[in-house]
Amino acid sequence: MKEKENTGREFNPLKHRMVPNHEILSEDEVKNLLSEYNVEKEQLPKIRAIDPTVAAAKAKVGDVMRITRESKTAGIAYYYRMVIA
Amino acid sequence: MVIATPKRIKQIRFGLISPKEFRKMSVTRIITADTYDDDGFPIEMGLMDTRLGVIDPGLRCKTCGGRAGECPGHFGHIELVAPVMHVGFAKLIRKILRATCRNCGALLLDPTQKKETVEKIRVLKKMGQSIEDVVNEVFKDARKAGKCQYCNEEQREIKFEKPTTFIEDGHKLMPTDIRSRLEKMTDEDIEVIGMDSKNARPEWIILTVLAVPPVTMRPSITLESGQRSEDDLTHKLVDIIRINQRFQENREAGAPQLIIEDLWELLQYHITTFIDNAVSGVPPARHRSGRPLKTLSQRLKGKEGRFRGSLSGKRVNFSARTVISPDPNLGMHEVGVPLAIAKELTITLYVTPRNINEVREYVRRGPDNHPGANYIVRADGRRLRITDKNSNELADLVELGWKVDRQMKDGDVILFNRQPSLHRMSIMAHEVKVLPHKTFRLNPAVCPPYNADFDGDEMNMHVPQTEDARAEAKILMHVRENIISPRFGGPIIGGIHDHISGLFLLTNSKDKINKDDALELLAKSEIWELPEPAGKEDGKPYWNGKQIFSQILPKGLDLEFKAEICEQCDTCKGADCENDAYVVIKDGVLEKGSIDEKAVGAFKSVILDKLIKEFNTALACKFIDDATRLSIRGIMRSGFSFGINDEYVPADAQNQINETLNMATDKVEKLILAYEAGELEQLPGRTIRETLEMEIMKELSRARDATGDIAGRHLGMDNSAVIMAKSGARGSMLNLTQMAACVGQQAVRGERIQRGYAGRTLSHFDKGDLGAQAHGFVKASYKGGLSPTEYFFHAIGGREGLVDTAVRTSQSGYLQRRLVNALQDLEVQFDGTVRDTRNMIIQFKFGEDGINPMNSDFSKTDAVKRIIDSVTGVKE
Ligand SMILES: [Mg+2]
Ligand SMILES: [Zn+2]
Ligand SMILES: [Zn+2]
Ligand SMILES: [Zn+2]
Repeated sequence: MKEKENTGREFNPLKHRMVPNHEILSEDEVKNLLSEYNVEKEQLPKIRAIDPTVAAAKAKVGDVMRITRESKTAGIAYYYRMVIA
Repeated sequence: MVIATPKRIKQIRFGLISPKEFRKMSVTRIITADTYDDDGFPIEMGLMDTRLGVIDPGLRCKTCGGRAGECPGHFGHIELVAPVMHVGFAKLIRKILRATCRNCGALLLDPTQKKETVEKIRVLKKMGQSIEDVVNEVFKDARKAGKCQYCNEEQREIKFEKPTTFIEDGHKLMPTDIRSRLEKMTDEDIEVIGMDSKNARPEWIILTVLAVPPVTMRPSITLESGQRSEDDLTHKLVDIIRINQRFQENREAGAPQLIIEDLWELLQYHITTFIDNAVSGVPPARHRSGRPLKTLSQRLKGKEGRFRGSLSGKRVNFSARTVISPDPNLGMHEVGVPLAIAKELTITLYVTPRNINEVREYVRRGPDNHPGANYIVRADGRRLRITDKNSNELADLVELGWKVDRQMKDGDVILFNRQPSLHRMSIMAHEVKVLPHKTFRLNPAVCPPYNADFDGDEMNMHVPQTEDARAEAKILMHVRENIISPRFGGPIIGGIHDHISGLFLLTNSKDKINKDDALELLAKSEIWELPEPAGKEDGKPYWNGKQIFSQILPKGLDLEFKAEICEQCDTCKGADCENDAYVVIKDGVLEKGSIDEKAVGAFKSVILDKLIKEFNTALACKFIDDATRLSIRGIMRSGFSFGINDEYVPADAQNQINETLNMATDKVEKLILAYEAGELEQLPGRTIRETLEMEIMKELSRARDATGDIAGRHLGMDNSAVIMAKSGARGSMLNLTQMAACVGQQAVRGERIQRGYAGRTLSHFDKGDLGAQAHGFVKASYKGGLSPTEYFFHAIGGREGLVDTAVRTSQSGYLQRRLVNALQDLEVQFDGTVRDTRNMIIQFKFGEDGINPMNSDFSKTDAVKRIIDSVTGVKE
């Protein structure tokens, strides 16, 4: 799929105030994450590559995304998802 | 026995069994209708042939060599002399016969339509959708053809007579005729009618071979007289074999066609009733006693059938069910069990050197002398029933390693349950207290978690049978461990109704309690000493209610909170509150404030919450028992009742109420006039009409509240309904307003009542009348009595409430089911993650904060604040 030229006017879901922050983890961060929870990458929750936030963050299949949410119980809660096709 | 590794089911395919397959899966042909010979041994090639499996202990299956219990049973078969129809598929046969040629068997459609249909069916199947509509279309179109386009045969009208007869132009079609027609159908045509020729050829519906089910699914039972009683299916099979034989004899003897046809019909009847004994138009086959036989369909169908009765729901041993009734003298962790139930339910004791004497005593007492024992299991596994005749003898025989089924007795831990079991407190462990009479007795304080009342509710009891189960029940499920609900982090067990009224009356009054009364109040609470008296009157010491209540509080309890009766003043005066609504407890002494729902009520009790979180559950348990007992004695000191006179408002107040209501109706009239004149100011986002409705509703509800206030001024704390409403025991001030002052607007879907006749709600009003009275405003109070139109509107509003609850319970029940199914295997791990059975992470931290809601403070996480406060001694 050819990427559309960024004219700076497209809608970016990540900038929307109701969309939690999505970011791609670096390889080191992924390694730390997996060892912290003692899991393989496949045991993480998934997110589809066609998800608008994933596309906006330019994540590829196999990447792990950190989602930072406002939480009613914990203030800030982190959630990790592996990008799948 | 080899345990096969579990395999995943990929697909289930339904089809018909071919005669070939029937013979292949059969272990023997059955030719004789006899079952056992004179020695009581199964006859070969009879219905009880040992190749079909065994049911008598001691015998071995000739097919697999297994003993009774190991052998799963094996099918046999009967070769039918003449083919017969399978009732369950008669309707399908009708459709196929009418859609196929009577001569060449071709499906009466043109080749292009056949091709298109097959294409459609393939696509639908691939997408996992129903092919029903397409196939029905095929049958409909094929039936219209008058002539076969393949062989030019003229088609004839086929009449179907339920359940299994087909008549073509007045000529009866025998199953042989039908079968030969169906056999002619090509595999291609079969696909067009949505069947799969490999799995289900239509002619297989006409049975030529009948499968004989294994004996394991139709075991015979030996009666006490020693006589064998056969299963209904066996009876039916005997009939089938007999007729089959007679048919053959008659045919071989060259009997006239009429007799042959009669016998054929009879064979059809027996096979039909063997499959389904409740077909309309067929008299059900009956047992000698006149009872209809339970044949194959009857085993599967209905509430008690295999699916709903045996697979989806099963009956449970060691359980009991009866009506519940209250007993405030029981501890909240106890349950009163009727003696009759206690004698029936047992707990297995394993005889050890330490308990052998005790066990012998139970056995000696026998089954009629509670607590005794009902059964004994010897070391060799033989189970003997204890009777009052053999009890002494058996007691002496008891040895180590034997097992004895002892009757339930006081102190046993059992599980107690009330449906619908929506949360975990719906099943809790209680301790048994064997009592006379026939109901389960429970302390009213545990009604909230079960959502139980005593208007005929029934509850279930289960007796754990192993030490592990009992330990688990005691540690995890005991009532004591479930006072705090994990739903909101507060107590769900606590005082209700009179418990709250009672303690409120006791602690809110300036009543002087003399020594006798004080001791009487505390008699059930194991309090042996009274504190310093509050004062002396006529030389005799007296105490106040707060002091009495303080006796059941543990030392070291410090608490300050606003009571339920707090009026939420703008600036709280704290301990100086003139309503005595600010509770101060210091070192287990109630210094200030009134005890009400906020202090001891289920769902709200601050005291219980504190006791559990900072003391222990046993103490909290004792507090509930003490508080409920004290409150009942407290309420009985003065008595507490409510009657029609408590709804009385003085004449001048009644005048004020009427005036308020009249003013409100006038105001409504003015609003309507303004609306009609087009002068009403429109609310944003509303039409003018909607605006009018909202304004009217607002005005009327304001008026109703105003009447409530007027009535409230005359109904003070001497009114028991007010006491109950303010202390949170039962009811609200709104209930009282409706009883004493004005019932108010009746609504359907949140709006004034609009439906009824054309242009008006009832014929008593003018068309187009928008006034209060014409749309369901009830001016009257319940005490004053409703006018006929008001009464009718009230019924409309009331009905909506009933419908709502009925709909809501079914909807929330289904929602609950879906949630439970989705979440039931998820588990919080030691690292705080929530994972499923495949060890996949569902949530990285349980609830995002990793906090067990049960340990939170009423769902708020202010434990840290509380600890800091308790250390620094500072209170905000
Ligand atoms: Mg009830
Ligand atoms: Zn067998
Ligand atoms: Zn034809
Ligand atoms: Zn106050």
